[in-house]
Amino acid sequence: MKAAILLLLSCVGLLNAASARAVEPLVADLSSHLVAITTGFAGTDVLLFGATEGEGDVVVVVRGPNRPETLRRKARTGGIWINSGNAVVENAPSFYLVAATRPLEDLASTVILDRHQIGIDHLDLSIRVKDAGSDLSEYRKALMRLKQRKGLYTDRVHEIGLLSQRLFRTDVHFPANVPVGTYMVEVYLIDKGQVVSAQTTPLVVSKIGIGADVFDFAHQQAAAYGIIAIALAAAAGWLAAVAFKRG
Amino acid sequence: MQIYLPIAEMSVNVFLILGLGGGVGFMSGLFGVGGGFLMTPLLIFLGVPPTVAVGTEANQIVASSVSGVLAHWRRGNVDLRMGLILTAGGFVGSTLGVFLFRWLRGLGQIDLVISLCYIVFLGIVGSLMLVESLQSLRTSRKAAASGIAAPRRKLHQHTWVHGLPFKMRFRRSKLYISAILPAGIGLFVGILAAIMGVGGGFIMVPAMIYLLGMPTAVVVGTSLFQIIFVTANATFLQSTMNHTVDVVLALLLLLGGVIGAQVGAKAGARLRGEQLRSLLAVMVLGVCGKLLFDMIVVPDEMFGIGAGGKH
Repeated sequence: MKAAILLLLSCVGLLNAASARAVEPLVADLSSHLVAITTGFAGTDVLLFGATEGEGDVVVVVRGPNRPETLRRKARTGGIWINSGNAVVENAPSFYLVAATRPLEDLASTVILDRHQIGIDHLDLSIRVKDAGSDLSEYRKALMRLKQRKGLYTDRVHEIGLLSQRLFRTDVHFPANVPVGTYMVEVYLIDKGQVVSAQTTPLVVSKIGIGADVFDFAHQQAAAYGIIAIALAAAAGWLAAVAFKRG
Repeated sequence: MQIYLPIAEMSVNVFLILGLGGGVGFMSGLFGVGGGFLMTPLLIFLGVPPTVAVGTEANQIVASSVSGVLAHWRRGNVDLRMGLILTAGGFVGSTLGVFLFRWLRGLGQIDLVISLCYIVFLGIVGSLMLVESLQSLRTSRKAAASGIAAPRRKLHQHTWVHGLPFKMRFRRSKLYISAILPAGIGLFVGILAAIMGVGGGFIMVPAMIYLLGMPTAVVVGTSLFQIIFVTANATFLQSTMNHTVDVVLALLLLLGGVIGAQVGAKAGARLRGEQLRSLLAVMVLGVCGKLLFDMIVVPDEMFGIGAGGKH
């Protein structure tokens, strides 16, 4: 696997070197376009690799499909801690990771980072706060903190390895609790504070195998699923009683 | 070895879940309780979403009650008539409970209600059990010292509840009481069972002994009998309305649970009833105290995140 990827990497490099016209300033691809959540799934790494033509730094952004989220804040009422206020985030990415060859603030101005939503401080989120005891920035910080704790948002800018200023590679880690959906892997080439080239590659995270079948069955045939669950449990209980009576 | 739970949408260690099932199964075999009141908080503690923990635990209790009731059935320790009336109440109660669960989840207060229910009921049942078992330990010691047997108790006390209409004869329980009373108890315990993700045996058994005045011999079998149907109903409703029953998790838990329960039952036969009950009481109060502590102490994280914005 590793050898094949390295071969592929060098091919990309050779290809670029050979074409003196240098049509594409940026070429990138993934070692796999599918993250399969199978029964034994415990998280996985996907290798992102590519080559650049000319000057500049590489930034990679991996974004999971947007999802509405509800945040709740606890406050003390009558001696116990109770959920008292909440905020709804309409368009929080379900997964967000950034990797770059240099720290983001050295690469481009806030305006550029905001425009392309590079870095968790530059995400454009619409948060509706329904809480007199707190404000938007508190809720925004809480969202980031909670997502980071689950490993779903990047807590730092990951490193991208550069080879002879032309080839780059980075491992994108997906934890075991990765949400399903179609992800967007965005690769930017930034030079002198400006985005000079960009490429977007889709990546599908999907449940595969028995687990996926169980999930689909539970949602599409909920009544049958419930009855089977009860029958399985009753049969297991009966079997146990019979087995241990003899034993 | 990791396994991905399709409904809980998380990856867990197989041996951890088997061990958890085995440990709680051991306790339930030792003390003769369902163990749901231990399992559900432990699953939540492991990171299983509370809604999935409650739905899945209902499914697992179906298995452990079926396995438990068969032994009692063979010995004739199930009052079928009483069981059916409790079940009728329990069916209505667990249906109400699942609807209540869904409504509270929308409000964002389900975790609070689950915790409060646990604190209140574990606190009451644990304290009563501790006091009662310590008293009987003392009297039996005194009786042994003086050489006379403990005085025989009356079958049951007569109170206002015996004046209620719809009186029925329950031959196995040697009772002639209004059907409203067991139906009401079934309803109440059914609501709690659905919300707390337990069979409700720890409330049902004392209620049957102290409120209905049933003889202790038929209490456990009859309680298990009705728990099968109440938890089956809760499993069905949780899976159709909330999609929160994880069959893979339930199967793993009951595999460990079945073996643990058998080992526990063998170990329990060597200990005395009062000792067992005081041990169980201490454990129940321990769980209660932990939950109470978590509610009162300042949390490290003031914010929480919930799925979906459906209001």
